Amino acid sequence: MSSDTSSAQAIGSVEGVSLYDADNPAPYIEAPRKRTGKTPRSTRGNFEMAAWLFMRLSGIVLVVLVIGHLLIQLVLDGGVSKVGFAFVAGRWASPFWQVWDLLMLWLAMLHGANGLRTVINDYAERANTRLWLKGLLYTATVFTILLGTLVIFTFDPNIR
Amino acid sequence: MPAGTLYRGREGMWSWVAHRVTGVLIFFFLFVHVLDTALVRVSPEAYDDVVATYKTPIVALLEYGLVAAILFHALNGLRVIAVDFWSKGPRYQKQMLWSVVGIWIVLMAGAVYPVLGHAYRVLFGE
Repeated sequence: MSSDTSSAQAIGSVEGVSLYDADNPAPYIEAPRKRTGKTPRSTRGNFEMAAWLFMRLSGIVLVVLVIGHLLIQLVLDGGVSKVGFAFVAGRWASPFWQVWDLLMLWLAMLHGANGLRTVINDYAERANTRLWLKGLLYTATVFTILLGTLVIFTFDPNIR
Repeated sequence: MPAGTLYRGREGMWSWVAHRVTGVLIFFFLFVHVLDTALVRVSPEAYDDVVATYKTPIVALLEYGLVAAILFHALNGLRVIAVDFWSKGPRYQKQMLWSVVGIWIVLMAGAVYPVLGHAYRVLFGE
């Protein structure tokens, strides 16, 4: 095999004479899928990347919020035995714990809903099944987030 | 089962399975938990009644399982973040998984008395 490819020698006898040379170059062919002025704007956003990032950022915050919540409710001061209406009233008297619980509610629900969305996308093979399962998931998620938010904001220690 | 694969049947796959299973369980509990807490808007008695079931021995055992699921999901989630963002994360993913399992066992041993102590006293007296 000759390593001389600098001239028309590279063209074998079978191919015949090249149509192109330095003065008459071959037409330029665009790289496949290259975006040009004529390409329609992408209809896809960066939703999946944002969801991926959200899982990691909310996850770090939730580790602190949820493990703190478990310590307070299940470990400290006699564990679950002290939990009751009076205990809830005592904690939600402080804006700090209201914000803690509100943030935990929103982040955990959205983190869990996005996780279950991934699970549905993975295992529900028919498009219709995916549609209905995700419809159910989003309905339940919105309902639960709104209910929880309402409870935290409208809590009344003197309900009786 | 094909032998010699990096992922199938090994630490990477099983930690993924466990992360998924614990995540779904925690999410379903979260729905129930927001609903039971919403009873504080009904009446103190309604809330205290449902919380009383959380103090029974059988539900205490379920709570211990919930703590187990949450702690694994939290620790393995931090491992996933390290694999994604730390340049040496993928290389040490196995060592990090065994660290997760080790810390999880220690924390679960520490949670036995606080979470199940009340149920023990209900069942066997003071």
